[in-house]
Amino acid sequence: MIRFENVSKTFKVEGRVVEAVKNVNLHIEKGKICGIIGFSGAGKSTLVRCINLLERPTSGKVFVENTEMTALSNKELRKKRKEIGMIFQQFNLFASRNVFQNVAYPLKYSGMKKSEIKKKVESLLELVGLSDKAKAYPSQLSGGQKQRVAIARALANDPKILLSDESTSALDPQTTRSILKLLKELNEKLGITIVVITHEMQVVKEICHKVAVMEKGEVVEEGDVFDVFANPKQQITKDFVESTSNLSKIHELIDENVSITKLSQDECIVKFKYLERSVSEALVSQVSRLYNLDINIIFGNIELIGENPIGGLVAIIKGENKNIEEAITYLKDKNVGVEVILDGRVSK
Amino acid sequence: MEEFLNRIIPNIMNKLPIFYESIRDTLIMVGWSGSISFVLGLILGVVLIVTKKGGILQNNFIYQVLDKVINFFRSVPFIILLAALIPVTRKIMGTAIGVEGAIVPLIFGTVPFFARQIEAALSEINPGLIEAAQSMGSGPIEIIFRVYLKECVSGIARATTITAISLIGLTAMAGAVGAGGLGDFAIRFGYQRNQIDVTYVSVLVLVILVSIIQIIGNIIARKSTH
Repeated sequence: MIRFENVSKTFKVEGRVVEAVKNVNLHIEKGKICGIIGFSGAGKSTLVRCINLLERPTSGKVFVENTEMTALSNKELRKKRKEIGMIFQQFNLFASRNVFQNVAYPLKYSGMKKSEIKKKVESLLELVGLSDKAKAYPSQLSGGQKQRVAIARALANDPKILLSDESTSALDPQTTRSILKLLKELNEKLGITIVVITHEMQVVKEICHKVAVMEKGEVVEEGDVFDVFANPKQQITKDFVESTSNLSKIHELIDENVSITKLSQDECIVKFKYLERSVSEALVSQVSRLYNLDINIIFGNIELIGENPIGGLVAIIKGENKNIEEAITYLKDKNVGVEVILDGRVSK
Repeated sequence: MEEFLNRIIPNIMNKLPIFYESIRDTLIMVGWSGSISFVLGLILGVVLIVTKKGGILQNNFIYQVLDKVINFFRSVPFIILLAALIPVTRKIMGTAIGVEGAIVPLIFGTVPFFARQIEAALSEINPGLIEAAQSMGSGPIEIIFRVYLKECVSGIARATTITAISLIGLTAMAGAVGAGGLGDFAIRFGYQRNQIDVTYVSVLVLVILVSIIQIIGNIIARKSTH
């Protein structure tokens, strides 16, 4: 659907050359929601603008449905852009136009009759759940409503692709969720391919099928969302995984010598990490029963990516030395990552 | 009533036809040079914005030339412009005196100022809107009319108000080429013949004129802000 071939983009800023995007090769499949995640300045906005050529790559080629975007004339490009909807962090609605007029903007000069435009706009507003706001002006809407209008406007020409540039970053968590839900519904209902740029793990986790991680203009890791986040290879990917988990907090607690981390001689603190799909067995209670151990969970962070749990637990295990060792081996056999963080047994 | 007016503004009352004519001359000068300057200034302001660095039709040569020409005309005091433009005026209008003779220099004095005002008003636009319009497949002409001009109506209304008011100020100087108008009326009778009531009444009419323009401008600016 969308293919980047050796795409690079450099800017000249005050005489310095900045490589915003470096040699990116990426393929985004039809009908999927693909996330591009990275910290700010990673080049993800520039990369996504290379799809509809709001930024023209310095070198490399961009294909959308086998059309080489980079080879189109200005006129052809404008026509092609109508097949690619885009939504933005700041919504970018026209303040002087009401909701209806905003959504109708891209339909002018499309050859549609006034009555057809009216019908189309009404159906779009219904799709995003704002039928009652047609006469309202953007300044009278909440952030979430504004983004819904922007989505309706982006869908006006029935695009096959929707680009979302940090579309939920200016919204509160609850509104973010409702917008993400809407995007997911659109993907399922209309089969539209969606490219989501974000710096938030939650967004990727909730709606994306595929993910590409960007750092300093390069795509450093990509693939299935679960695969990438279950076994992050690059440090930055690990950072993103950590950003949504509180498991690393245990290190702070140990450093601060909080009372819970003062272990007796038959205890140790252990971090379990779920790495494989479908950890559906009741592992903690099994281990506890089988090896006669007390397991005290201090932190837990288990999330669903798609339908698979990912995350881990930090727990204090109390029991006989030998049993603890056997339990750890047992868990490792079940493909659970086990890391002993602090061991009361050694400090004896 | 008439008696009362005869008492407090005798010098106006005994030359009412001249008074009315000077109001008419002012309105003609403001009307003609104002409408022509509006169109020209709007065009030049748009050209400045779109050819600027990062604009939708970036063109450094056009921008630099226009920028310098505007600066040149803005730095010439109007009274000097009036004299300096006499040959040009004569070519265009056939005469360099009277109301017709004043319109050309008034346009030259107003357009650069207005173009700058428009440039400032249009640069207030959120660049995200331009980007959104481009992403929806709008071309440059469509963006100029449907985004820049449409979204900046209130800014344009404010710029027009300010320019129209300063234009009224300029017409007072046009008396120097015999163009008449309220400013000239006030100088000739109020100042040179020391008929102070003429000055006051002229000022009053100008204040009313300016207020009307300001009020209309404000209404348009408010109506177009949502």
